[in-house]
Amino acid sequence: MATIELKQVAKRFGQNWAVKPMDLTVQDGEFLCLLGPSGCGKTTTLRMISGLEAVTEGSIWLNGRNVTWEHPSKRDIAFVFQFYALYPHLSVWENIAFPLQAEGEKKENIHKRVAEVVEILRIGHLLRQRPGRLSGGDQQRVALARALVRRPAAFLMDEPLGALDAELRESMRAEIKQLHIHQHATTVYVTHDQVEAMAMSDRIVVMSAAEVQQIGTPAQVYYDPTNLFVARFIGSPGMNLVDGRLEGDRIRLPGTENVIPIPPAYRPGLQALGSAEVIVGFRPEAAMLSSDGGLVQGEVYAVDMHGAYKLLHVSLGNGAGNTIVHIRADRLAPYAIGSPVRFHLNMDMVRLFDPKTEKAIPRLSEGATVMSVSDLAREVGR
Amino acid sequence: MSTVELQHITKHFPTVTALRDVSFTVQDREFFVLLGPTGAGKTTTLRIIAALLKQDEGHVLFDGEVVDHLTPADRDVAFVFQQYSLYPTMTVFENLAFPLRSPKRRLPEVEIRRRVEHAAEVLRIGHLLNRKTARLSGGEMQRVAIGRAIVRQPRIFLMDEPLSNLDAKLREALRAELQHMQKTQGNTVLFVTHDQIEALTLADRIAVLDHGRIIQIGTPADIYDRPATTFVATLVGTPRINLLPAVRENSTYYVSHSELHLPMPRDRNLPVQVQVGIRPEDIRLAADGPFAGTVALTEPLGIETIVHIHTGQQTLLSILPGMTDLKRNDVVRFHILTERLHFFDTEGRRV
Repeated sequence: MATIELKQVAKRFGQNWAVKPMDLTVQDGEFLCLLGPSGCGKTTTLRMISGLEAVTEGSIWLNGRNVTWEHPSKRDIAFVFQFYALYPHLSVWENIAFPLQAEGEKKENIHKRVAEVVEILRIGHLLRQRPGRLSGGDQQRVALARALVRRPAAFLMDEPLGALDAELRESMRAEIKQLHIHQHATTVYVTHDQVEAMAMSDRIVVMSAAEVQQIGTPAQVYYDPTNLFVARFIGSPGMNLVDGRLEGDRIRLPGTENVIPIPPAYRPGLQALGSAEVIVGFRPEAAMLSSDGGLVQGEVYAVDMHGAYKLLHVSLGNGAGNTIVHIRADRLAPYAIGSPVRFHLNMDMVRLFDPKTEKAIPRLSEGATVMSVSDLAREVGR
Repeated sequence: MSTVELQHITKHFPTVTALRDVSFTVQDREFFVLLGPTGAGKTTTLRIIAALLKQDEGHVLFDGEVVDHLTPADRDVAFVFQQYSLYPTMTVFENLAFPLRSPKRRLPEVEIRRRVEHAAEVLRIGHLLNRKTARLSGGEMQRVAIGRAIVRQPRIFLMDEPLSNLDAKLREALRAELQHMQKTQGNTVLFVTHDQIEALTLADRIAVLDHGRIIQIGTPADIYDRPATTFVATLVGTPRINLLPAVRENSTYYVSHSELHLPMPRDRNLPVQVQVGIRPEDIRLAADGPFAGTVALTEPLGIETIVHIHTGQQTLLSILPGMTDLKRNDVVRFHILTERLHFFDTEGRRV
């Protein structure tokens, strides 16, 4: 059981903000990722939660108790690092049992609890080995076991898969998520890998330049990014972002004849914009290739083969400075480089941004929208 | 015209045999990819073609002529490495022009300028020509390194994981440009990678290497749709192919520890014991599907969602396009595209 609350928590080194004041509540049992490029403040935030780093401002609350100035060991939080930090001279069993022995736990309890975590992580066959002889994945499993065995109120994980190769990272990702499903321990997980964050999280905190950019579910940060940074950072590839120009109830895109209607949900928001320039955003799967017409036309620039699907790079307009968009396409259809294509856009999945502020233009909420009507009224009224 | 042919190349190092009887031909204007895990022998192959290493057995032929005796300089190949090495105090222009100013070439200055500007245009670095290379980003530096190969107009480009030091987004962008460049310019390229998406995306043909041996040579569709072994089948495709042990009774395969049963392809006589391979995208959720399972895990990635389905004691990975509202413990029905099944014998060979 653990909820973690950050109230206006900030970290400054001299004149430089490592983390600007942020509010965050991690719910009991939640798996929350701090995601961002290196230097964005995510690890500093994690270290402040653990107590390894002192806050400059604000307070940290664990289960409603102010722990801001409590020693890390008093916080009942387990930390798992990218580098496994196992004791090389101890066996796997001894490594896992170590934190319990250090706490003076009874022998039979130690055996019972080690046996439990060993079964969960399926490392029973490794117990007598020394860590140095294990693969990277097994070493990380042992490190996780050592954290689990303490039954902490919460887990903090700092890029625990960062040192593993791609394939192992993918399978460990699922294992950690399974583990979380069974243990249901509150987890704060730091990563720079948006795929990891999307795949594992209940909610994601996207950070950049010491600031929180957005807090939301994977679907929210993917479909409704609050600004261009999040739109680009989330997704592989990122959101297609194309310069657009408002013309009456339509938006002109790059390329001579590319015009799309304004999605109705955006009409009020656009009135407040006061400029004809917008950035039109859409995900690769929001575009549907169509041989009979299609609002937007372009030319195939390159084709990625992902096995299950193809990803077309389509260039809109001509010459230098042309705009390339990515479109999900059928894996079996042939697309020659240089050939013309046309596509429709699912207008419910089109997002508009203000090029000056780089923020999402508010739209009327429906279904998956994050913004409430009162938020919208406030935004429009500004 | 330039073809590069390897005939029965073997290379021993003191403790290991790096290559065993490797033969293949890179056709003129072909993008040929060597794909395999670390230690497969990919880089050794490139270095032998460039004459940076000497093979113990076999021959290297360019345009049908044996070139075993030629030095690296005389082979007229351009090597692009994972670690770009540029002259930091020179501008981008000077870096690109450098290989053309060697005493051996003595190209007129007009021609040098023409070639540099052409390469810069192809790689979209025209705006950087006057900048010092020390001030470039990683992606820009690798473009310049590739540009330095382009200006030489070599017989063949040898590229050793040139994109693997770049972050994911840059790698995707440069991969597309490399593909566009090669397809519009018609360069002959031999490209080494351990990244299966790079291989499937860029290659006209792929040679899969493992432990110094060629396992399969084919188009990306051959490698993905008709993998010769379970090794190849698991090397390409993410998430990886489902491989399940199955036993045949009459013309139906029964997958162990599950209710799954799959027909043997008509007019085939396959072994009694096999491993069945099912690509995740060939498992389709459908209300009227013949099989049932429960959702063990969903991994939303944005453009697609990986769904782990428990059925019997097996866990299948499937993928759905876009995001889904499926949750853990949801009961789902699904069918399997039987025309796209893969069968391997117990040794892992396609049957």
